[in-house]
Amino acid sequence: MELSIPTINFSALYPEIVICAFALLILMWQVFAKQSQNVLGYIGFIGVVTALIMVVYMPSSFGSRSVVDTFNGLWVVDNYSRFFKLIFLIGTGLTILISIKYIKQEVMPAGEYYAMLLMATLGMMIMASSADLMPIFLGIELMSISLYVLTGYARTRMISNEAALKYFLLGSFATGFLLYGIALLYGASGTTNIAGIFSYIRTSNINNHIIMIGMALLLIGFGFKLAAVPFHMWTPDVYEGAPAPITAFMSAGPKAAAFAAFVRVFLEALPAMHNHWVPVIWWIAVLTMSVGNVIALVQDNIKRMLAYSSIAHAGYVLVGFVAGGKLGTPGILFYMLAYTLMNIGAFAIITYLGDVGEKRITVKDYAGLGFQYPIASVALSLFLFSLAGIPPTAGFMGKFYIFSAAIEAGYLGLAIIGVLNSVVSVYFYLKITVAMYMKTPETQVEGAKPALAFAPMLALAVLISAYGVVRLGIFPTVYLNLVQNSNLIWP
Amino acid sequence: MNLAQLPILSIVTYLPLAGIALICCMSNKRPDLIRWTAFLTTVVTFIVSLPLYFNHDASTWQMQFVENVPWLQSFGVSYHMGIDGISLLLVMLTTFLSPLALLSTWSAVTERVKEYMICLLFLQVGMLGVFCALDFFLFYVFWEVMLIPMYFIIGIWGGPRRIYAAIKFFIYTMSGSVLMLIAILSLYFMMYKATGEYTFDILKYHQLHIPAATQFWLFLAFFLAFAIKVPMFPFHTWLPDAHVEAPTAGSVILAGVLLKMGTYGFLRFNLPIFPLATQQFVPFIFWLSVIGIVYGALVSLAQDDIKKLVAYSSVSHLGYCMLGMFALNVEGIEGSTIQMINHGLSTGALFLIVGMLYERRHTRLISEYGGVMKVMPLFATLFLMVCFSSIGVPGLNGFVGELLILIGAFKASVPFASVAMLGLLLGSVYLLWMYKRVMYGPITNEKNKQLPDMSFRELAYLVPILVFIVWIGVAPKTFLNKMHTSVTHLIEQVNAEKTIAKTMDYGTEHTHN
Repeated sequence: MELSIPTINFSALYPEIVICAFALLILMWQVFAKQSQNVLGYIGFIGVVTALIMVVYMPSSFGSRSVVDTFNGLWVVDNYSRFFKLIFLIGTGLTILISIKYIKQEVMPAGEYYAMLLMATLGMMIMASSADLMPIFLGIELMSISLYVLTGYARTRMISNEAALKYFLLGSFATGFLLYGIALLYGASGTTNIAGIFSYIRTSNINNHIIMIGMALLLIGFGFKLAAVPFHMWTPDVYEGAPAPITAFMSAGPKAAAFAAFVRVFLEALPAMHNHWVPVIWWIAVLTMSVGNVIALVQDNIKRMLAYSSIAHAGYVLVGFVAGGKLGTPGILFYMLAYTLMNIGAFAIITYLGDVGEKRITVKDYAGLGFQYPIASVALSLFLFSLAGIPPTAGFMGKFYIFSAAIEAGYLGLAIIGVLNSVVSVYFYLKITVAMYMKTPETQVEGAKPALAFAPMLALAVLISAYGVVRLGIFPTVYLNLVQNSNLIWP
Repeated sequence: MNLAQLPILSIVTYLPLAGIALICCMSNKRPDLIRWTAFLTTVVTFIVSLPLYFNHDASTWQMQFVENVPWLQSFGVSYHMGIDGISLLLVMLTTFLSPLALLSTWSAVTERVKEYMICLLFLQVGMLGVFCALDFFLFYVFWEVMLIPMYFIIGIWGGPRRIYAAIKFFIYTMSGSVLMLIAILSLYFMMYKATGEYTFDILKYHQLHIPAATQFWLFLAFFLAFAIKVPMFPFHTWLPDAHVEAPTAGSVILAGVLLKMGTYGFLRFNLPIFPLATQQFVPFIFWLSVIGIVYGALVSLAQDDIKKLVAYSSVSHLGYCMLGMFALNVEGIEGSTIQMINHGLSTGALFLIVGMLYERRHTRLISEYGGVMKVMPLFATLFLMVCFSSIGVPGLNGFVGELLILIGAFKASVPFASVAMLGLLLGSVYLLWMYKRVMYGPITNEKNKQLPDMSFRELAYLVPILVFIVWIGVAPKTFLNKMHTSVTHLIEQVNAEKTIAKTMDYGTEHTHN
């Protein structure tokens, strides 16, 4: 028997190689230069920027519809995966910028922190580019394990440990579902390749029960990673307990990565089962939006509130997924980019205002901050209005995209539920601006310094996100074309 | 480049942004400099907007001063601005009222002047944009954008219950407008199916024929958004809260301009785009308007807070606007439009007057006053004039609007018009009774003995309004002429569709036979 070794196109893998190399570099640098904690952050940032440039320009300029397929069909680089990688890298880059001050003030070891961040990013990138269920699983594991560690990174804080443990237990449980789903699909179709499963289902009976059960299990596994209701229970505790920059990171990148894999698997492998999964996801979308928004209404802890808000946003994105069509998938891409920018921007300010040990974290603590920190508050208001979907911001454009997709596809009811939900969400986003601008502080927050020191890197992160939010809101044409070029099913 | 080529609408709309940029550079410690900059910005905006009025060609209903450049091409969104005779008057009202409202804040707002001025100027951008936008997307952006500054104006500088009022204002308005967004998107795809073109151009929708059943639902969605804004009974509950809590300038802008965005929306969207549904909804809207007129007046009668009284009188006055508009004849719609301007002027002036009293005594309760006329004779004269204007005494602006509306309404429906007349009567009762209790009689309250009469600054912002109150009252033709062709065209649009629908119905019946 002749063993053929597939030709491997390594150029399709450059961004991933760069991220991996920088993660290892940081680990080693930390051993040899113990004192220079900040430098590690800068190294990580350089790595992310390098990878970002590579994603945009390699193997060919972004925007052309080239598809590179390598590793014998395990790995694919198309515009879809490249756009998602763009989102991940922007998210990671911003997170690193936010973390530099945070790591220093909380006296945490920087080396493992940044290395883990990059490893999680690597996992996400693998998820976006996989054309096979096995690498998707590898990617999810790499990402999740890094995140379990990062969640518990504030070792001295009880709440952080609790969050990490919860996340780890529930996360491994969910991964089990995913793996079982993959196994069943493999058992039925004899392959884990996405294209292979697609052609198997097309040529066989679509009422195959094993495939159905496998699909349901996959849905549960992905639902957990997306924090879709009813698989969202871990989210509030984990988001509240994790260090603030990690919460920012988790709410954007990993969620986008889960969507990347989820959408690819369902649209490319299981489109024939469309009639089976659409009604289920319709309900999941409605529940996710409504439960997320309604529970967020009563939260006092801002991190927890934004955790529920991130659940709700996953719901909006699911609306785009249900809608599908030539607006649906691009809508998901656009929304995830917008969400990454506005949410990380908001968390940057929350990290900044939180001060050492995240003392200022409830809505009440924000009373009167609007005039004490005018620029930070204006920026936070901008991000909150964007999250609420008020024009002319990225959040509005994203919602506009998603809901027009829903209406075009005939899901009028879903669109109406969606917009009404965004009205509900306005209430709790406004609650923060109300506290900042319209209330006077009752008591001084214990231990908080009267004036916070300027943090240049964090300010840069805020500036980038604010620019992105306004740019995507007012002049999004370039990005609209990009997402339309990145559409998965309408090439 | 000559004057005609300048994008004058954009200049007028975005000029306040230049003021904001200047103010942002100024130190918080120099409030007077900030006030003057803001004031001058609005004055310059008004002056720049004057050519709109003088160069406007009243002989055509076509949109003028049009700017149309692609914005988001993949969605068919364009930056399309333009005005006709109806929006012209509302744009002028906005640029005219803004400097006056700003003047009134000189001594009323002493804290956080910088942020306050930024909010007011930003609000002006939003309002002008709404009246000029001829693209659904653009319109929606402006429509929502102006919620933010108004929310802050009420919430930061308002009265004791300001937070409640601000949030209520925001959520109420937003819940209406998101449904409008859904309707806009539905229209958008309907347009695509009919013509194969993705566009948000409002004028193109005026030509779109929509089946009657669909019109009904779309009309309803738009109706909700605009009825909340107007506000029509029973969607009015946010208004008294917002008005009472807002600072004077906020109330003036709110009553003067913001509410007109609702009535304007009906004129620009509901009537021409959904003519069949418009006909269907006439009785329903007549009912709500007449209930609003009488209810607003009766509730005004029962108020002991002057500002609340004026706020509820708005509900009543806007009821007239809606009644006239849905009479669907030239008199009715012209009356309704002129009444929008009138209400902006006279209710704006009433809020300014309440503001003056409040600044002197820090109370708005009628019982706290009495005999003020003796210490403030000049104030008393102007106050009475404004009351007369609001009541609709002949020779002043209110009369013109109400007369036209009632003529229109009588042509459409005698019973409804008759009940609406009752509102006129009640209007004079609550205003004059309030005037009597505040101004006449002996001075019962010691604190009122030393009240100073109007200052020069106060005169400076009240007298220009009075000039127009008399002008419209004596020579309404100046303003009616500007909108006449636009209104006639609007009515043609409503009726044309009706005839088309009739022939179509006839056609189908015919084939069935």
